[in-house]
Amino acid sequence: MRASSWQKSPGGGRRPGAEPPLLDIDALTVEIQGTRILDSVSLTIAPGEILALTGESGSGKSMTALAAMGLLPQGAVASGRITLDGTDLLSLPERRLCDIRGRDIGMVFQEPMTALNPVQSIGAQVSETILQHAPRTPRAEARARAREALHRCGLDLPLSRYPHELSGGQRQRVVIAMAIALRPRLLIADEPTTALDVTTQAQILGLLQDLTRTEGMALMMITHDLAVVAGMAHRIAVMQKGRIVESAPTGQLIARRDHPYTRALFEASGHQPHLPPRPDSGALLQAQGVTCTYPLPRPHPFAAHPRFTAVDDVSFAIGRGERVGLVGESGCGKSTLTRALLGLTPIAAGGITLDGTPVFTHHRPNPQVRRKVQVVFQDPYGSFNPRHRVARLISEPFHLLPDPPRGAARAEAIAEALTAVGLSPDDAQKHIHAFSGGQRQRLAIARALIIRPELIVFDEAVSALDVRVRAQILDLIADLSASYGLAYLFISHDLSVVRGITDRVMVMQKGRIVEAGPTDRILSAPDHPYTRTLLDAAPRLPDLVP
Amino acid sequence: MLAYLTRRLISLVLSLAVASAVIFLVVEVAPGDPASYMLGINAQPETLAALRQELGLDLPKWQRYLAWTTGMLTGDFGTSYTYRAPVAEIIGERLWISLPLALFALTLAVLLAFPAGLIAAATRGRAPDLGVMAFSQLGVAIPNFWFAMLLVLGFAISWRIFPSGGFPGWQDPLLALRALTLPAVALALPQAAILARVLRSSLIDALGEDYIRTARAKGLTRTQTLWRHGVRNALIPVLTIIGLQFSFLIAGGIIIEQVFYLPGLGRLIFQAISQRDLIVVESTVMLLVFAVILVNFLTDLAYALADPRLRRT
Amino acid sequence: MSRSLILGGLLTALFLGAAALSFAWTPDDVTAMNIPGRLLPPGSDHLLGTDHFGRDILSMLMVGARTSIAVALVAVGIGLTLGVPLGLTAAAYRGGWLDELISRTSDLIFAFPSLVIAILITAVFGPGAINAILAIGIFNIPVFARLARGAALSLWTREFILAARVAGKSTLRISAEHILPNIANLLIVQSTIQFSLGILAEAGLSYVGLGAQPPVPSWGRMLADAQTLVSLAPHVAVIPGLAIVFMVLGLNLLGDGLRDALDPRLKVLRT
Repeated sequence: MRASSWQKSPGGGRRPGAEPPLLDIDALTVEIQGTRILDSVSLTIAPGEILALTGESGSGKSMTALAAMGLLPQGAVASGRITLDGTDLLSLPERRLCDIRGRDIGMVFQEPMTALNPVQSIGAQVSETILQHAPRTPRAEARARAREALHRCGLDLPLSRYPHELSGGQRQRVVIAMAIALRPRLLIADEPTTALDVTTQAQILGLLQDLTRTEGMALMMITHDLAVVAGMAHRIAVMQKGRIVESAPTGQLIARRDHPYTRALFEASGHQPHLPPRPDSGALLQAQGVTCTYPLPRPHPFAAHPRFTAVDDVSFAIGRGERVGLVGESGCGKSTLTRALLGLTPIAAGGITLDGTPVFTHHRPNPQVRRKVQVVFQDPYGSFNPRHRVARLISEPFHLLPDPPRGAARAEAIAEALTAVGLSPDDAQKHIHAFSGGQRQRLAIARALIIRPELIVFDEAVSALDVRVRAQILDLIADLSASYGLAYLFISHDLSVVRGITDRVMVMQKGRIVEAGPTDRILSAPDHPYTRTLLDAAPRLPDLVP
Repeated sequence: MLAYLTRRLISLVLSLAVASAVIFLVVEVAPGDPASYMLGINAQPETLAALRQELGLDLPKWQRYLAWTTGMLTGDFGTSYTYRAPVAEIIGERLWISLPLALFALTLAVLLAFPAGLIAAATRGRAPDLGVMAFSQLGVAIPNFWFAMLLVLGFAISWRIFPSGGFPGWQDPLLALRALTLPAVALALPQAAILARVLRSSLIDALGEDYIRTARAKGLTRTQTLWRHGVRNALIPVLTIIGLQFSFLIAGGIIIEQVFYLPGLGRLIFQAISQRDLIVVESTVMLLVFAVILVNFLTDLAYALADPRLRRT
Repeated sequence: MSRSLILGGLLTALFLGAAALSFAWTPDDVTAMNIPGRLLPPGSDHLLGTDHFGRDILSMLMVGARTSIAVALVAVGIGLTLGVPLGLTAAAYRGGWLDELISRTSDLIFAFPSLVIAILITAVFGPGAINAILAIGIFNIPVFARLARGAALSLWTREFILAARVAGKSTLRISAEHILPNIANLLIVQSTIQFSLGILAEAGLSYVGLGAQPPVPSWGRMLADAQTLVSLAPHVAVIPGLAIVFMVLGLNLLGDGLRDALDPRLKVLRT
């Protein structure tokens, strides 16, 4: 299967939507302990149709899906109507719902790593769907049908395999096989590719699309990624705060974007920050033949630990004020390389120097160098000690200075850093739980800025953020690079994010940098086949007509 | 699996080596000379020296340690000073009370705890759960020897359906089991309380996993999900606790044997301690430690069989 | 505040208060024997009755609480002061030989039948409160070492710890400033559990005559003395046992309540 096959014209061939709807959700309202989670949500899906339900986190997408499955969390009160082929699901007793789940409606979840039972073989788990709805099926036949379901999902593995022996993409195929084993008429997929790498994502999206085509199955696709949606859905419904704000055929919705929220989402998704030109002035960081290895478990108790080479002979340079991207899929070694640059992981061979001073002297990180490099991490919630106040949190790097500012000077530095990232100096006395994800990421940047480093490493710093917040943070980073003359290394698994925010980009695969060059050139005319695969696989937003 | 097995075996052997060294050292530094104990205060120095030589007490410590451990490996546990009989024989007799008692108690504890834990997890937050939790809270707080006394008061003194103590021997198995019933109940109750709690929380954890939702999406009912996906996964951590509990049953048994005057290993240890019969103390403690380490090893194996993720390494 | 926190707190305070009060005042003199007034049932003269020497049981319980609490508390102290630093060290040098040594050793001690070894230690070094403390305390060390290591390990991978490392803080400083405060809740809850286990263990040791020695009263020995009198005067056996049950129950409820109040997701060790 070609990686990009799923992107072929949505709605090509048959144009569904004329038949009576398969699933009809009418004025669905869900409340949990008095809080309204869904507010009169109405939508329909025709047989064979792909409906995309999109919106930012907390908009109620997943809750809508769970309501359609009859799997709302305990204590949730639902009103309205959900009819599948004329049967009202909300009024059905649990027993009847069990008959429908798995047979008429299948569901695929976001996390393939945890969605499978770790102690059961994949064969047992797929045939469970079959045996559940036809308990008298002979075991051998159930296994044969399970094998066939896995085969339809492009997986020809022995049924005796266990989930931990499979990759993330393979596991997601098993989850899909379980969902489609009985050829349900509706498949609900809740962020099915969010946890996967781009190339795997492309394959899974292609598979889902093929299945709707060959089996006449309808698909409710829940995703936050508008580029994914645009590439495959017949119709799009946009959700915000528990309501559907706009719903239209894909082409029409993308072209018109009637609702301001839809408009804002699309703009933020395609947002390109304005990156000021780089002042050209000499080298800052030099990495020469950097190699990092990890010990693996011993094969037998008396063997030496075999070592896994996570970073393999990597050399590159970052100039003063230069903005460099580092892109690669999970496990490519980019996190290990980052840690080596920060002096958190020792390097096995090679050397890293900053302004000519090595990062490590005698295997110990060098404080003079550390002062010049700071970092912003991915998780806005895990980046701060929950017990400290903002002032203490963001002034932590002062520890690196031989003579840290005290009293008024310290307060001033804190206020300045907070102002620089668009927060108020008054925020210094607050606790971290008072801040939203985006604000926390601003605080993380303030913490990195406070000792005026020469280089900041942004380690997937915008990956966990919703699109609109992400656009704001990208703008902030671009602004700061101008006002502070900052150089940074921007690490991301997502090529499209790197586009507007870096001068140069490096592509990493299996511990090596396979290609490096100016961002525009790499993204438009890549040399290396791996870069090309990444670019082809990445879902792309259509060009927007303003 | 083979590598895992080898690793566990090596750690088993190491544990035993360290354990035997520690026990030997602790007993060695004990004040009091067994020989002078046996002969009394008025013993002649010559007879004392002769006895010390006979018992091997004049040899260097490391030689005695080696003699003791290699002896045990071949089934020779030495000779008791006071009983003037092979220690292996004495222990063997006593083992026939202590081991059945521990197994009896473990069976009772499991039989009691499993339904309780299951019901509690399935009815989380509702009346049956609260009832089970309240009982287990109480069960954990009750010292087993006191509970044993209450049992004697209730079922042997007021209501004479069980003997209040002593052991008739295994000639009549039914009579023997009757004698072990109250001790086993006393031992089992606190263990059942702990086990029920662990099982409940382990089940609740398992029921919160993503694969439970997947199973529900396949059309499994709540009960089916609980049995097919919850219980088996929850059993894995519970196995470890059962293994650890065995050690508590052994230790608890020592005290319970005091309450019921059962001539098991516990009473043997106390008698040997008071008579400074060091070889008996050493060997009995070592045997108990060995039993516990062995059971932990077996639970680790069961763990590996239940969890395919461990089989790989 | 949850019901278990209030009930547990009250019970614990009651016993701690009674033990403290016993230093200044007890209803009766615990050393005074009164053979004619022996084995009196609970009544107005002696609220909880008298024992086989005619001593007031309530007074004995109050003084006995001192022994139980002191032994268990010091044993928890031993576990905390030695186990926590060991666990933090192991986590700080995770994967290294020090971690290996600490983890293997605590696994080994964990696998020992604790009460058997406690009996061995007290038997060999002679019975007494100090040896009981040592015997119980030693087994608290691996509990706290394991707990601290496990909790610290998951913290060391958190990004705020990485940020502190990037800020150049030393391992020791990170352990003290970031790790310890974040595992404090867990340690507090586990301490109450170990405290209650210590009370039970002390009672068991003094029951078999290896705990505090006469004339110091202790709950376990009160039960041992009562054993032969169970049919004659059940209250002599029932009342000290109830004292143990309520003290342990109080501590466990307090632990559960504290856990719920601090963080319901805390994973304590229960054996």
